[in-house]
Amino acid sequence: MKLIVAIIRPEKLNDVLEALFRAEVRGLTISAAQGHGGETEQVETYRGMTVKMELAPKVRLDIGVSDHFVEPTVQAILEAARTGQVGDGKIFVLPVERVYRIRTGERDEAAVTPVA
Amino acid sequence: MSDGAIAWMLISTALVLLMTPALGFFYGGLVRSKNVLNTLMMSFGALPIVGLAWALIGYSLAFAPGLPVIGDLSFALLRGVDVAAQGQIPHVLFMSFQATFAIITAALISGALVERMRFGPYLVFLALWAVLIYAPIAHWVWGGGWLAKLGALDFAGGTVVHVNAGVAAAVGALVLGQRRDYGRQAILPHHIPFTLLGAALLWLGWFGFNAGSALAANESAALAFTNTMLAPMATALVWMLLDLVRTGKVTAVGVATAIVVGLVAITPAAGFVAPLSAIALGALAAFPSYFALVWRARTRLDDSLDVCAAHGVGGLTGAILTGVFAQESWNGITDGLLFGNPMQVVIQAVAVLAVAAYTAVGTFVILRAIAAVTALRVPDLAERLGLDVSEHGEQAYTSGEGAILLLPTARPAESGVRVEPKVKQVGGSA
Repeated sequence: MKLIVAIIRPEKLNDVLEALFRAEVRGLTISAAQGHGGETEQVETYRGMTVKMELAPKVRLDIGVSDHFVEPTVQAILEAARTGQVGDGKIFVLPVERVYRIRTGERDEAAVTPVA
Repeated sequence: MSDGAIAWMLISTALVLLMTPALGFFYGGLVRSKNVLNTLMMSFGALPIVGLAWALIGYSLAFAPGLPVIGDLSFALLRGVDVAAQGQIPHVLFMSFQATFAIITAALISGALVERMRFGPYLVFLALWAVLIYAPIAHWVWGGGWLAKLGALDFAGGTVVHVNAGVAAAVGALVLGQRRDYGRQAILPHHIPFTLLGAALLWLGWFGFNAGSALAANESAALAFTNTMLAPMATALVWMLLDLVRTGKVTAVGVATAIVVGLVAITPAAGFVAPLSAIALGALAAFPSYFALVWRARTRLDDSLDVCAAHGVGGLTGAILTGVFAQESWNGITDGLLFGNPMQVVIQAVAVLAVAAYTAVGTFVILRAIAAVTALRVPDLAERLGLDVSEHGEQAYTSGEGAILLLPTARPAESGVRVEPKVKQVGGSA
């Protein structure tokens, strides 16, 4: 079991969700995030004040998968989230100690296997 | 009296009253989300405080006969303010119309005081300022006082309202001091759509403000109405170009600001200049306010929402240009510099200087007097948490998550929202 954490561009979220759906990855959590990964800063002007936006809006996906699902998931995100510009984001693959499905109490592999 | 005049002035009075809540939204969009309710309340609070102070005593000091510098108390407590004719409208309506001006003028100052002033002392300041500063100045120009006799032109309040409030705002910002984050952090507007909506409602209300200042439904009102439409358009266009040259983009906050600056500038001139002159006046008025605003942001003067750059400088420009563009063939009263009467510019300048000097000293004295009795500013922790919670015990934008219902008998003070010593223990994590 792995936890895949992906930080992506908000405007690529729909493409990524579609790619994950095609790869049959069904369980995921998304959240709004802010981050900075070396992309060019956006400059904004409010009356006499000019500011540089150091943090850009990002979307974070948390996906718990069984081992054989790691590669397809990572590939789907890599392809769908890429624009080639700095700021496309990161994918982290983390080991997971245990997983429980709250509804049934199932654990580990059974807990991350989609309900048929 | 005429039915037409009464009908138009009833509508105008309601339109000008709407400008104060509109100002609240204009200002509210420009502050941070933790202070938006307090900023709105600084405008909404002016409605009861200044409105009643005006009815009880301010109106008399402004419009009762008396000395050249101030009216007497013959209209105090609305004595003798009845439905008999005052010009073409009933006296009570004239009093109501003028009340709406006092309210918006006092509320304008709040833009320089936001995000740090205690609400109670602010309301006391409003009441004192409306009675001691606004009412005498209104008397000078509109109540038959010395500036009226001198021949100063101020159709709807460029000097009485805007120079007055603009200078008072700068003094207020100086006395109050900077916000703790000013110059240290980027303080961004939290809801620019509010600001645009506020500017739109201000423009709508300003038709009552300027065209209503004809105090009749006549040619003068029609001219003022037209000029109130055209001048801000010219200001907005020039402002867009200035923004484009300086930053490469036309900003929304800039357009909202430009509309207000254009309205301010045409206010003293509205019924005195030709429509083409109004366009020129509006276009010219963009420059001083634009650069004052850019320059102010680099200084240590935390006139937070640039009341002085928009209203003080805009009012000054408008008052002087009124003396330049006034045209007797349009107003039936007098010509300005361009039409052979250079003295009018001098008279206009005298009026601006007199008003600026009186309001600067008076505002300073009132604020220091209040400060001698109680603190003007919220404590540092309250400023960090935001004045919505510290002053009003409310939040503007809340999801309700994490809110636990207390028993009906529990007092609000026990909920821990009060920013008094009790909460200081958790202050480190704020």
